[in-house]
Amino acid sequence: MADHQSGATGGVTTEFDSTLESVDSAETMVLDIAQQSGFLEEDLHKIGMAVREAMVNAVVHGNRYNLKKKVHFNVSQAAENLAVTITDEGEGFEPTELPDPLSEENLLRQSGRGLLLIKAFVDEFEMRRASPLGTEVRLVFHRN
Amino acid sequence: MSMKLTTRQVGDVTVIDASGRITLGEGSSVFRDTVRDLTANGNRKILVNLGDVTYIDSSGIGEMVSGFTSVTNQSGQLKLLNLTKRVKDLLQITKLYTVFEVFDDEAAAVRSFS
Repeated sequence: MADHQSGATGGVTTEFDSTLESVDSAETMVLDIAQQSGFLEEDLHKIGMAVREAMVNAVVHGNRYNLKKKVHFNVSQAAENLAVTITDEGEGFEPTELPDPLSEENLLRQSGRGLLLIKAFVDEFEMRRASPLGTEVRLVFHRN
Repeated sequence: MSMKLTTRQVGDVTVIDASGRITLGEGSSVFRDTVRDLTANGNRKILVNLGDVTYIDSSGIGEMVSGFTSVTNQSGQLKLLNLTKRVKDLLQITKLYTVFEVFDDEAAAVRSFS
């Protein structure tokens, strides 16, 4: 993991290996930052959940645990919000082709709920294909 | 805090007391292995006590669904006990409240098994 801190913007940029340990590390890192910047307990839970699910998507579904591929991670803080951008180096996917986890026939599927939970816990969500490859998600959490 | 599971018997109902985090990796695999071992040993009435579970991610939810399906397919029942507000919220978001039977009282939960 390579750290780069930017004091001017109050942001952190780093890279994670494509491992489950990185999921824990990213969650811990963003929770430390959010806690220090005054987010309350219930907000911290939502931030941790959303970042964890997005990191799992990047490590497991994007990079498929390939240790040659990295997960690019950025946390930036502004007066009104905290934003986390997570980018994998995978092949990307078409979101509209994902099964709807809330439809009756999919309720008993074992997987496929990650994006649903992310969207439930963020205030703003963006997802796009990254250049030259991969998927980038941006999670924004408003300060109450 | 990593997940811990202990099992105990209340009549013919097996209660799994879970605590900690049920997340992708060790936590979810321990849960999966426990349910698999219980059903392999003939236990068909399983009550999962989530009162001390602090956190479940989508993988943990998936393992609970998988456990439910596995037990149901063997003519058994898997029910949930003592959900925290956060876990209840997760079941609402994922619509799994329509799938699982959920109880706040252990005695009532045990009696509910047919």
